[in-house]
Amino acid sequence: MIPILNIPTDVLLGQLLLGLINGSFYAILSLGLSVIFGLLNIINFTHGAQYMMGAFVSWMLLTYFGIGYWPALLISPVVVGITGVILERFILRRIYDIDHIYGFLLTYGVALVIESIFRGQYGVSGQPYRAPALLSGVIDLDFMVLPIYRLWVVAASIAVCAGTWLIIEKTRLGSYLRAATERPVLVRAFGVNVPRMIMITYGFGVALAAFAGVLAAPLYQVSSIMGSNLMVVVFAVVVIGGMGSIGGSIVAGFGLGILEGLTKVFYPPGSNLVVFVAMILILTLRPAGLFGKAR
Amino acid sequence: MSDQPAAMLDIHDLQGWYDESHVLHGISLKVARGEVITLLGRNGAGKTTSLRAIMGILGRTAGSIRFNGAELVGLSPDKIARKGIGYCPEDRGIFSGLTVDENLLLPPVVGKGGMSVAEIHTLFPNLVERRTSFGTKLSGGEQQMLAIGRILRTGASLLLLDEPTEGLAPVIVQQIGVAVRLLKQRGFTILLVEQNFHFASTVADRHYVVEEGKIVDEIANDDLPNQTERLKSYLGV
Ligand SMILES: Nc1ncnc2c1ncn2[C@@H]1O[C@H](COP(=O)(O)OP(=O)(O)OP(=O)(O)O)[C@@H](O)[C@H]1O
Ligand SMILES: [Mg+2]
Repeated sequence: MIPILNIPTDVLLGQLLLGLINGSFYAILSLGLSVIFGLLNIINFTHGAQYMMGAFVSWMLLTYFGIGYWPALLISPVVVGITGVILERFILRRIYDIDHIYGFLLTYGVALVIESIFRGQYGVSGQPYRAPALLSGVIDLDFMVLPIYRLWVVAASIAVCAGTWLIIEKTRLGSYLRAATERPVLVRAFGVNVPRMIMITYGFGVALAAFAGVLAAPLYQVSSIMGSNLMVVVFAVVVIGGMGSIGGSIVAGFGLGILEGLTKVFYPPGSNLVVFVAMILILTLRPAGLFGKAR
Repeated sequence: MSDQPAAMLDIHDLQGWYDESHVLHGISLKVARGEVITLLGRNGAGKTTSLRAIMGILGRTAGSIRFNGAELVGLSPDKIARKGIGYCPEDRGIFSGLTVDENLLLPPVVGKGGMSVAEIHTLFPNLVERRTSFGTKLSGGEQQMLAIGRILRTGASLLLLDEPTEGLAPVIVQQIGVAVRLLKQRGFTILLVEQNFHFASTVADRHYVVEEGKIVDEIANDDLPNQTERLKSYLGV
């Protein structure tokens, strides 16, 4: 193996893979936030709690009903997505016309409520959740060992992000969404039930968060605080990618994950900071983010 | 007058508000099926507001708007559109993040008998070359053609066109005029807002004059030559 800058290749590749894993979560989560922000004009501070709920629902499905990972991958996002639809229909809908700060306060408050319910019920210590047999084990490449589950997370994330991007940018439904992001009233005057579309879109964004939660369950422990730690970084990712930019949030998600991984190799103490340093730099140079349009 | 057909659009004593400011003070007018009718009036008279009230996108309205006998006041904009009304707003409302084709295909089908994309391309050939351009890359005239073209596909039978000639070069205005006459031949009913009464006189059957949120006069197009002075005083030209 040829070392680069005296760093063994396997260390470098190992950190790159870890970076890609983190990037997979950043990408799905910031994508969900972007989809929601584009149409609802709300920064969904409940996102981390909904990610946590996704992990918890799959844990509950297994613990209480004996329903395993593969069905949970579908059921959990649907269940959590439905709670999102209910939240939009009965609460968020009331605040679209007033100042942004209310959206922040409300979604943040809802996150606190959800997290404290789960904390009260399950404490803060993590519950283990095992990866399905098919994805357990490793692939040995001589120079490094690849855990199959981690490869799966990267693949699943890429597939979900690409699928979402295709729907939004290339389908008729997506053109409704993009048009309604620009001029919801006019789209409604063409005969589209925009309030219902907003409700479903919020549910979809929430389902993405829950999907990330299910992916995370076997990697990290399932705990009531798992979302709040992650979301601080994810909000920085969204800002860097450009608020509401679909492609931007995906690229920034994976890019920053990899950047973090590389920083861990070359300058370990900087790895927790590098995302925020990047955020400050990019906001200074391009206030709308890498792919964002000034609104 | 028993043989006169019931009006397709029958507006009676329409009142409208922007927040607290009362803008429409009792608009009453009728449009029969197949007619082309214009709303003429000075800046700020309430023409655009009247169209917005019909579409249900004005905050508060009162009075009655009957379309094919059904009351529209109080319905949501999407329900109103689905009764068969196509809306072309004053600023054209082309979506910048959508291509020309996507803009054209955006409005959902709301009735039978809409034009095909091919027919729309025949009517507005400029749109063909620009199919994959983004909406706002178009010239003003092309945007106007796109804004009209996209509501012809949907099967809407009543078209609300808000100043389709505003700010356009004379040759484009002519092209729009040809299109509007063709649409009339095809059986569309059109309520047209205009400030350009020369243009209006080449396409319309009747004209209503709007002043301060009320209809103050009605002039048949055939009678227009005798009424030019009167109209000019209304419009302040
Ligand atoms: N969004 C709004 N909020 C408050 N008042 C408005 C708004 N839009 C229009 N108005 C007022 O309502 C009145 C009627 O405006 P409207 O746009 O209907 O006029 P118009 O006849 O279409 O004029 P123009 O020929 O300039 O388009 C005007 O006094 C205008 O100032
Ligand atoms: Mg107007």
